[in-house]
Amino acid sequence: MTVATSTPLALIAELTHACPLHCVYCSNPLELIRRADELSTDDWARVFREAAGAGALQVDLTGGEPLARTDLVDLVKAARTAGLYVNLITSGLPLDEKRLDALLDAKLDHIQLSFQGAREESANEFSGTKAHAHKLRVLGWLKQRPIATTLNVVIHSRNIDQIPEMLAIAESSGANRVEFANVQYYGWAFVNRENLLPTRKQLDYSLEFLRAAQERLRGKMQIEFVVPDYYAKFPKACMGGWGRKLILIAPNGDALPCHAARIIPGLRFDNVRSRSLIDIWNNSAAFQEFRGEAWMSEPCKNCDRRTRDFGGCRCQALLLAQDATAADPVCSLAPQRFKVDVILAAVNDSATALPTKPDWRYRPNRA
Amino acid sequence: MKPDLDSRPQLAAGCRLNEKDQPTRVLHMPERVLRLNGPSLQIIERCDGRHTVRAIVSELQMIYSTAEPARVEADILGYLELLHNQRALDFKAAGGTDHHGEK
Repeated sequence: MTVATSTPLALIAELTHACPLHCVYCSNPLELIRRADELSTDDWARVFREAAGAGALQVDLTGGEPLARTDLVDLVKAARTAGLYVNLITSGLPLDEKRLDALLDAKLDHIQLSFQGAREESANEFSGTKAHAHKLRVLGWLKQRPIATTLNVVIHSRNIDQIPEMLAIAESSGANRVEFANVQYYGWAFVNRENLLPTRKQLDYSLEFLRAAQERLRGKMQIEFVVPDYYAKFPKACMGGWGRKLILIAPNGDALPCHAARIIPGLRFDNVRSRSLIDIWNNSAAFQEFRGEAWMSEPCKNCDRRTRDFGGCRCQALLLAQDATAADPVCSLAPQRFKVDVILAAVNDSATALPTKPDWRYRPNRA
Repeated sequence: MKPDLDSRPQLAAGCRLNEKDQPTRVLHMPERVLRLNGPSLQIIERCDGRHTVRAIVSELQMIYSTAEPARVEADILGYLELLHNQRALDFKAAGGTDHHGEK
C-alpha cells in the first residue's frame, strides 16, 4: 500500500563522512562511508536540482565535515542555482579566510558553527582534536562579515555547567542564534551514553538560566535549548515524521529517511545514482515503511498525539525496545518507558561521581 | 519594542525571499521557513531598507482600502515586531544607521 505523500521540505546532504574531529557523540553511523564511494560534484548538483524540483526549499550541507570536500564552493553555487536556501553545518575545520570569502561569494545563506564547550581543554577532549582555538578564530572572521551565524553548542553532563560561559562567547561574537543542543543518544553518543547523560538537576538549572537569558536578549539573539529525549514526557516528531518533510542523502548517494535509519534491520535504501530523488521520495520502500500510521501499534494507534509526534523516533524504538515498530520508549505512555527510567535512575541516583577521565570511544576517520 | 514609524526595516542577514518564479513564496530564515500569503508577502517585499514603516503602512492601507486603517497599521506594526523578535528584521534608524543587528 502506498501512503499519500507531501513534498520534501528540506534536503540533508551528508557530503562526506570524513572529518578532522572525532567527537564522542558524533551522530554519524558507526559504519562510516569511504571517500572513494562519495558522490561526485555533478551527482550532487543533479541531486540539488531534483530536490528543488520535488519542492524542497532548503539544503543543509553537512557531514562528517563538509569542508573536507574540496569542491564545497562549487556545491554551494550549484545548490543556490537550483533555488535552494543553503545552510552549511560545520566544525570550522579546515577553514581559512580565503575559503570563507569564496563560500560567501558563492552566496552561502547561513553558517552553523559547532562548539564542544567554552573551555579549550575539555572541548578538545570531547572532539579528540585540537579544534577549539581555531573555532574561536573562525568566529572572529564571521563577525567581520555579513553572514548569518548560528552557534551550535553540543551539551552533555560534562559541559552543561559551561553554558553561561558559552553564552558570553556567543554574545560577544554577534551571532544571530545560539543553540544549546543536548546530545541525543544514537550512533557514537549511544556508545558513550553513561559518560554523557546529564542529571535532571543539571537540566533544570540550565533551563532556568537560559529562560532568563532569552528574556534579556529578545530581539538581539535567539537562544534555543534542546533537552535530551530521555527527559521528555512525550517524544519529538522525529524528522517531522518519517518520510514527511526531510530526505537525507548519504555520502554514497543512498537516500535515507533519517540519519540513523541504517540501524533498522531489513530496510533497503535506494540510491540517487540509479533512481531520481522524487521517485525515491514517493516510492522507495524505506520511505514507505513508517510513513503514515499503518505501522503503528498501541498506544500510538489510537493516541491523540499521533498526528503531532508521528509515534516519535523509530531508531530510538529500535535502540531501546529492540523493535522499530514500538512506540518511542521516551514517551510516558509507551510500555517500554521503564527502560528509559532505569537509565535515568542510574544517572540521577548515582552516589559515585563520574570518572574524571572516562574511557571515551572516539569516532574514527576513514580514508 | 514597537517599530519606529520613521525607521526603515530591512531583512536581516540570512533572511531572504525565495525567487519570484517559484510556486510558493516563502521567507527563508536560518532554521525555519515562513510561508507567505498576500499581506505578509506585500509587507516583507517592502522591507528593503528603503521603505519607512510609515510608507509600508500607507501603501498597505491603499491596497486594503476597505479595511479599517488603524487596524491595518496595528497589524503591520505587530507583524514587524514579531519578525524583529525572530531576528528576521533590522530597523535602520531614520538617520540611516542600524540601531540593531550591528555586527
